[in-house]
Amino acid sequence: MSAVLQIEGLEAGYVRDLPILRQVNLTLKQGSLTTIIGPNGAGKSTLIKAIAGIVPISAGRVVLNGRDITGIRPDEMAPLGLAYVPQTDNIFRTLTIAQNLALVLRRLPDRAARLRELLDTFPPLAEKLDDRAGALSGGQRQMLAVAMALATRPTVMLMDEPSAGLSPKIAAEVLDLTRSLTATGVSILLVEQNVKQALRVADHCYILAEGRNRLDGPADQILSDPEVAAIYLGGRRVGAA
Amino acid sequence: MIGLISYLAFFATMAGILAIAVLGLNLQWGHTGLFNGGVVAFFGAGAYGTMLLGGPPEPGQFGGFALPYVVALGGGILIAGVVAWIVGLLTLRLRHDYLAIATFGVAVAFENVTRNADWLTGGARGLRGFPRPLEAAIGDTFLYGLFFLGLVLAVLLAVYLGLERLVNSPYGRVLRAIREDEVSARSVGKNPTRLRLESFVIGSMIMGAAGGLYVSFYAFVSPQDLAPILTFQIWAMLIVGGAGNNRGAILGAFLIWGAWTLSGFALSRFAPDAMQLYTGSIQYILIGVVIVGMLMWRPQGLLPERVTKTIYQKGAKKGSVIINKEVI
Repeated sequence: MSAVLQIEGLEAGYVRDLPILRQVNLTLKQGSLTTIIGPNGAGKSTLIKAIAGIVPISAGRVVLNGRDITGIRPDEMAPLGLAYVPQTDNIFRTLTIAQNLALVLRRLPDRAARLRELLDTFPPLAEKLDDRAGALSGGQRQMLAVAMALATRPTVMLMDEPSAGLSPKIAAEVLDLTRSLTATGVSILLVEQNVKQALRVADHCYILAEGRNRLDGPADQILSDPEVAAIYLGGRRVGAA
Repeated sequence: MIGLISYLAFFATMAGILAIAVLGLNLQWGHTGLFNGGVVAFFGAGAYGTMLLGGPPEPGQFGGFALPYVVALGGGILIAGVVAWIVGLLTLRLRHDYLAIATFGVAVAFENVTRNADWLTGGARGLRGFPRPLEAAIGDTFLYGLFFLGLVLAVLLAVYLGLERLVNSPYGRVLRAIREDEVSARSVGKNPTRLRLESFVIGSMIMGAAGGLYVSFYAFVSPQDLAPILTFQIWAMLIVGGAGNNRGAILGAFLIWGAWTLSGFALSRFAPDAMQLYTGSIQYILIGVVIVGMLMWRPQGLLPERVTKTIYQKGAKKGSVIINKEVI
């Protein structure tokens, strides 16, 4: 599988001269689901936000499908095939579901057909088109957020903790849904706190600690790694390598 | 009877002018989430702009170009838009309360300029002598009052219909999306920076139109007309009527202006002599109480924002998915 997204020596942070990420490297392969895990404050969400252009990058490169998109503006992502699903506030609550979808479908030449495809993929949304998005359950909100991200047929999706705040059952369903999306050819970079569930659905895993790469490998190997088990089951503090 | 009708026409004219300004604020706050604390500056830019362009020449005074009324009013609206564009470029990266403070500062600065730049604004004595549109042709004061009311209501209707079209269009959807969450709006390919500025300028031009009509009605403008209370009155109108609902904005304008007028009348008639000096202050307190009370007990206003319904047809024909009566 070829790489669709490459992160090379990335340094980024919210305040100038105070990087949270230090020399982070990452490769996302075509059609794969790669998860980023790590303790609180490791820089997982910051990494995904830096790729999406929300957090300023001070060094390094972000390469999407062979094109350098370092420091891209978030509103320029969609035409390049990059979609971002924020952790919270990823839908527009006072708009109806149809209006949420219309926002992202607007510029597509085949928007009517694409809307039908999305509603066929996510039937619960089709039943509630005229409802305010704020009235949806947690799982359905994530479904809508994913549908909105998928609308423009991205090649890469960045997802920031889609299971946050959901019950274990719904969280598992959302992650299964995330997994199933790779069958459509989209590559997914997933940040998760729910380590076991994330490793269950992922192909590859990167562990960040204190803003640096700590470990990476196939998800099933990481899951059986004694150090990872110690960190997440034994509560040991992870330092930078 | 004529006196009563004349007074009601006067009341409705002022309420209509203020309703136009409230509609401008509703676009900014109700639909885009821009906390404009300096409404009076844009109202004033339209007022002074119209007066400078349409008023008669006076020695030692800038302006007085005596342009035709429609050109003067259009120019006043344009000046309000230019002021809003400059203010917007400087302040719109601020959020919520910070934007409110910055724009409130702009309004205070604007009032100070009008008070001190004698060569431009006439200073504290203001600008006067504006030829009211068609006044000479109509002649009769009573009939002219009714004519001007008709003019104001026509402008109000045009602004209302234009805004309804705007906010129910895809453009309006994007504005509401930005109001909710800019990061999410960016992540779905929208450019909030540009759209916030556009909404701010359009809303301020509508406030400028209200200011232009105000100055046409009174044929006079001074810094007294741009006191900060006007900003709070217009905010109270929107909060009471219902932010995000254009009908609510108009309803709020008429209700609050009615309450303001009635309270002024009641206080001047029934307050003890020793209190008469303070009746204005009591009215200010009443406006504050109304704003706080509504925010506590009915924050959505009397006419809350409506959910626009979608017509969804799962037909095979191309373009059969219709949202807001528009094929998406």
